[in-house]
Amino acid sequence: MSLPALGDLLRELAPRVLGAVLRRYGDFDSSEDAVQEAMLAAATQWRRDGIPDNPHGWLVTVATRRLTDQWRSESARHRRESSVAAMQPPDQPAGPDGTDPDRDDTLELLFLCCHPALSGPSQMALTLRAVAGLSTAQIAGAFLVPEATMTRRITRAKRAIEAAGAQFGPLTGQNRAERLDTVLHTLYLIFNEGYTSSGGTTLYHADLTGEAIRLTRQARRLLPGDGEVAGLLALMLLTESRRAARTTESGALVPLVEQDRRLWEPDLIAEGTELITEALPRSLIGPYQLQAAIAAVHAEATRPEETDWPQIVALYGLLQRHAPSPMVTLSQAVAVAMVDGPRAGLALIEPLAQDSRLATHHRLPAVRAHLLELAGDSDAARAAYLVAARQTVSQPEQHYLRSRADRLRPNTPALDRREGGSRDIQRP
Amino acid sequence: MLLIYSSPATWEALSQQQRDDMMTEHSTLYRELVESGEWVGGNPLADPSLAVGVRVRNGATVATDGPYAEVKEHLAGYDVVDCDSFERAVQIAARIPDAAICGVEVRPILDLSGMEM
Repeated sequence: MSLPALGDLLRELAPRVLGAVLRRYGDFDSSEDAVQEAMLAAATQWRRDGIPDNPHGWLVTVATRRLTDQWRSESARHRRESSVAAMQPPDQPAGPDGTDPDRDDTLELLFLCCHPALSGPSQMALTLRAVAGLSTAQIAGAFLVPEATMTRRITRAKRAIEAAGAQFGPLTGQNRAERLDTVLHTLYLIFNEGYTSSGGTTLYHADLTGEAIRLTRQARRLLPGDGEVAGLLALMLLTESRRAARTTESGALVPLVEQDRRLWEPDLIAEGTELITEALPRSLIGPYQLQAAIAAVHAEATRPEETDWPQIVALYGLLQRHAPSPMVTLSQAVAVAMVDGPRAGLALIEPLAQDSRLATHHRLPAVRAHLLELAGDSDAARAAYLVAARQTVSQPEQHYLRSRADRLRPNTPALDRREGGSRDIQRP
Repeated sequence: MLLIYSSPATWEALSQQQRDDMMTEHSTLYRELVESGEWVGGNPLADPSLAVGVRVRNGATVATDGPYAEVKEHLAGYDVVDCDSFERAVQIAARIPDAAICGVEVRPILDLSGMEM
C-alpha cells in the first residue's frame, strides 16, 4: 500500500479506535496518547508487513497494551497494585463493543474535543489530533508554532477537559445542539486556517482544508438530516473550488471579481451546489446554508458581470437576520453597491464607524475604500486603502491594499524603492 | 512580539541583588509561558557594542562596526508569544522585569494568511 493511502486509512480509523479504547478505559488523556502511539507503530509495521486482516482490532489491541504497560509502570512506582488489579488484563481480547469496527464514535469525540472549557485554538488543535489523527508535529506546522509549544497546548487541553468532568458519550437536548454549533464552528475555523494561508508556506502546512472537509463529511454521514452540517460542507466545497484562483503564483491575493474563473474547480462547485440546493428547502435555515447559497450564486456566474447580485443582496439580508454581525454588513454593502450603486453601499456601512467591535479593524476602511473607488472618489478611496493597509496584520492583505492605493495615485511618479514594493504584485 | 528595551544607565544603577532578582523573575515568567503553551521563541541579545550595521548602497555592502553613538535605550532581547488576545500580550509584557525599569514594546507579527477580498 502506498504511503499516502496508508496514512489515509490510519487517519480514517483513528477516531473509531480512540472511541473503542475510551469506552473501555474512560481516561481521555492517556487513551489518546496510546492511540497515537499505536498509529505510529502501525505506520512502520504495516508498511513492512502489510495491512492486518482486522486493522481496527490490531490498533485497539496495541493501544490497550500501551495503556496497561503505562499503568503497570506507574503502579510499580506508586505501589498501587490494587487499582491495577481492578483493571482488565492487557491481553484479554476486547469485548464485543471494544472491537466493533462499525461503531462510529466520531461525533461523540468531536463533542468532547469542542468542550466549552477550551479556547477556540485548543478546540481546533485537539480536534485535529484526536479526531483527524494528525501528529502534534503536523498540527504545530499548520499553526506555525514549535512542536514543544503545541505539545503543551494539547496536554493542557486534555487536562482541562478532565478537570471539567466531561464524560465521553452521547449528549442530549439543548446541550447537544449547542455543542454541535461549537463543533461546526471549529471545523469552519480549521478550514479557514488552511484556506487563508498563503501559497508560499503550504509546503509546511498539513492540508487543513482537506482535513476540515474530511471531518465535515464524516459529520454529515452521521447527521444526514441536519441542514447546517450540509450547509457547512457545501460552503467549504464551494470556497475550496476557488483556491487556485484566489492567489497569484507569488502569493498575492486576487479579489473574487478579478479571479480567472477557468481555474475554479467544476467538480467541487457541482457537489457543493447540489448539496445546498437539496438542503435549503428541507431544513431549518441557518448561517452556513445562507453563506453556502451566496457562494453558489457566485459560482454559477461564468463571468463576473453575470453575477446575480439582487439574489446575493437578498441572501445577505436573510443572513443579517439569522446571524447579525458587522462583518455581514460589510459584505452586504459590497453586494448592495452592485445593485443600487456605491453610495447606497456607503450609506449602509456609515453606522459601523461607531461600532466598537470594528474600531481598528482593517475590514471597514478596506470596504469603504472599495466603495469610494467605485463612486469615483479616488483621493478618499486611496486614503482609506492606506488606513486599511496600516491596520491589517496580514502581509498579503497589506500588499493587496497598498497596490490598490497605488493604482489611485494621482499621476504616478517614479516609485522610490521603499514604496514600490507592492508594484510587482499588481495584476495587469 | 515583545521587544525588550534596556538602558545601560538604569541597568548599571541596579545592585547585584536587584539584577539577580530580575533574572529570576524573567525565568519564572519564561517557565510559565512554556507551560501554558504561549511561548513560541525569543532570545536575549548581546551588547550593542558587538553589533554591526549593514547597508547596501548602489550594490555595495557597507558594514559599520559598533559602538554606535551613545543611545539611551537599545533592544536587549525579544520574546515571541502566541496568545488569545492583544490584551493578554500586554499583560505578559508588563510582567517582563525590564518593563519596570526601561520599557517593552508589543508589536503584532504580520500573518502570512490573507482573506479573500
